[in-house]
Formats: sequence, structure tokens, C-alpha cells
Amino acid sequence: MFADFDFDVIIRSLPYLFYDGMTFTLTLTVLATIGGIVFGTLLALMRLSGIAPLALLAAGYVNLMRSVPLVLMIFWFYFLVPYIGQWMTGASRPIQVGAFVSSLVTFTLFEAAYFGEIMRAGIQSIPRGQVAAAQALGMTYPQTMGYIVLPQAFRNMVPVLLTQTIILFQDTSLVYVLSITDFLGAASKVAQRDGRLVEMYLFAAAVYFVISFAASQGVRWLQARTAIAR
Amino acid sequence: MITIDQVSKWYGSAQVLKRCTTGVAKGEVVVVCGPSGSGKSTLIKCVNGLEPFQEGAITVDGIAVGDRKTNLSKLRARIGMVFQHFELFPHLTVMRNLELAQIRVLGRSAGESAERGMRLLDRVGLREHAQKYPGQLSGGQQQRVAIARALAMDPIAMLFDEPTSALDPEMINEVLDVMVALAQDGMTMMVVTHEMGFARRVAQRVVFMDRGEIVEDAPTADFFGRPHSERAQTFLSKILQH
Repeated sequence: MFADFDFDVIIRSLPYLFYDGMTFTLTLTVLATIGGIVFGTLLALMRLSGIAPLALLAAGYVNLMRSVPLVLMIFWFYFLVPYIGQWMTGASRPIQVGAFVSSLVTFTLFEAAYFGEIMRAGIQSIPRGQVAAAQALGMTYPQTMGYIVLPQAFRNMVPVLLTQTIILFQDTSLVYVLSITDFLGAASKVAQRDGRLVEMYLFAAAVYFVISFAASQGVRWLQARTAIAR
Repeated sequence: MITIDQVSKWYGSAQVLKRCTTGVAKGEVVVVCGPSGSGKSTLIKCVNGLEPFQEGAITVDGIAVGDRKTNLSKLRARIGMVFQHFELFPHLTVMRNLELAQIRVLGRSAGESAERGMRLLDRVGLREHAQKYPGQLSGGQQQRVAIARALAMDPIAMLFDEPTSALDPEMINEVLDVMVALAQDGMTMMVVTHEMGFARRVAQRVVFMDRGEIVEDAPTADFFGRPHSERAQTFLSKILQH
């Protein structure tokens, strides 16, 4: 099987794999992480608000997202988002948003459930005395959260958030079901065009491994460093 | 300045404050003492609304704390509070700890806040630590920063919730010295503490609490000279015997 292993097909397709594929994968990862953390923090604040309807709504959302397979969500949103857009703008036809926007929306909404739970743990890890001190200085709820609680919660949770981002980086490969040219999609297209399945899928696996493993090591280093600082 | 009138508070069915009535006049220093679990910390937290209470009334400078229409944030900005565990913001430098609420709550300019912050750091003897983080300071230094942070808001009164209980013995005096100086400057102070030496030196009145009740509320000399209640006598004999 390895006798006629063709390295050249990998080298020839490198520009396509990285310029087209990896750029898409990284863009989606970064944007979905940012969106997921922002929306997730909002969910966490809702769950911790002590206002029952808000807390229930956020908890229901998180549980729903965590109970549905991601692939299903990707399909679902790809076909649904145009209709939501049509309904929201009152257009006469479904609004075509494209595979990128659709998958970005999906990943943001999906990951928000996970990032939200991380942020919730982070917020709960801040001693109540910190909130009392901020309130005693006359800070309002948004000021207390914005200047005192969230910065500390976020900082404590950076390693966990990054670990979740690494998982997200791997999960973005699922967009290939929409025939999007992400990194895996690009590798897959070359593999089928040139009939070089073994080479391309092994190479793709190696690239995902190297990036994810290096990032995990980076997180561990960061964790050790912040542990000393504290 | 501070009036506390028939205040009662429950946690579920457990009553933690029973019809407490006392007050602090302008420029007065009142020490609140009593065995642990007597409700003294809870009472002082009710004064700036950090703890809600179910019955009675508390006013600060004529403003009702328990009133739903009262803007609590605005009122709290005018009352300084110092906590047992300092509660400096660990992610901010000492200087930022002092500036933040001045800028965001009082709307002061960055320059004015920095200047005021520096002056107060000087006053508590920590000018050279302005750029450090709280974690780099000793407990006594942190508590002095916390006092400076509260003073930076130009409070009309200061609340101290066991400010020296979490400190190593050798650091207690540096904090008490700052508090004594503050009292001598005429600051209105309500102080929950076991430091009876501090009470003798600067307090005009001592309030003794036990099991959620105010048992004694007397001028300092009377309290130490001839406490009326048996409970206060027992407490004093325990705390003063060494």
C-alpha cells in the first residue's frame, strides 16, 4: 500500500490546501470562538441572573444545543437560515446567505452553549466578596460585571476556553458535508480528483494532529505560567 | 448620620437580627462587638444595603436604605466600606484599584483620580507600591490600600467589617493606626471589631450584640467600666483576660 505512496500530490496541492482550505478553517474557528464566547457569556449571565424566566430560557437553550448532533445542526441551519432571513426581512424569496455565513451562525450558536457553561463556571469561581466590594464602591450591575467579575472570570478560564477552541477547530471539518472547501474539504477534493485517498487523508490527519497537539501544549504552558502568577 | 430603627432580618425561618435599634452621629465612632454569629457583620452590611432586611428602617444621611425607590448604587458610592478579607481587585494594580470607581462611578477625570489616589496612598504610607498588584502586598498593606480605596470616594461615613480579623498579629497595628488617625480627623465610623484597645481609644460608644440582639449600647467608658448585662460581662471577661 505504501509502495506507490505519492508525496508529490501533497506538495502539488499544498497552496490549495492551505491558502483555500486552512484559511477557511482558521477564519471559521476564530470567528466562531469570538461569537461563541460573546453569546455564551450572555447565556451565562442569564443563567446566573436570578430572574427565573431568563435563567430557564438560557438553561433550555444550552440543554437543547448539547443534545443535538452538530452535523444535524449544520444541515438544519444551512437549509433553515435562508427562510429565517426571508421571514425577518419580509422578502419574497428565501435569502441565500452562502455556506460560510450559514456555518458561522451554526458554530457560533452551537459553541455558545459550551463556552457559556465555561464562563458560568468562571463567574461562579469569583468570590462573592468581590461583588460586594464593587457594589460598596457604588458600581452598578453592568459595571460590576464588566470591570470586576468578567475580566477575572475570563482570565481564570482562558486555558479551558482555548481547549474548547481546539475542539472547535477539529469540529469545523464537519462543514465538508456542505461541500465547503475547508482544510479537510480541500484535501478530500484533491484525493478524489487524483485518486490519492490514502496520501491526502493521512496528510490531513497529520496536519490536524500537529496543530491541535501544539496548541494543547501551548495551553499547558500557559496554565503553568498563570498558576505561578497567582 | 446613620440611624438603625427596629431592624429585623431572617434567613428563611432563622431570625438573625432582632429589632436592632442604634445609630451613629456625624463625626462619631461607634464600635460594634459581640461573639461570632451575633449578627454584627450582618447588621453593618444592612447599613449600605449589601444585605437586605425584612423589617424596620435604616437611613443614611436621611436616605432610606430599604426603600425600593432609593438608588442604592448612588448611596453606596457615598459610604465607604472595608471588608474582613480586603477584597481588593486582584487583576488591577493598586493604583487602578483606587482610580476605577472614582472614574466610573463619580465621573472624575483620569488625572484627578490619579492625583487623589496617590495622595491617599501617601496617607496610608504605601506610595511606592502604587504599580504593584494586590497579590504582591502583605495582608496589612492590602487592608490599608482597601481603606485608601474607600476614602478616595470622599465618603460621608465609613463602615468597617472586622478589618483586622484576617490579619497576622504583627500587621494589626499598622491598620489600626490608620483607623485611629481617621477617627481623629473626625470621620463618622461604624466599626465591627474585637479590638477592644481600639474601642477604648477612639470610640464614643460601644454596641454589644448577642444572638441577633443589641444587648448594650453605651458610652465607651460605661461599657468597659460597668456593663449592665451579664452577657456583656461574660464577653468582656473572656476577651480582656489576656
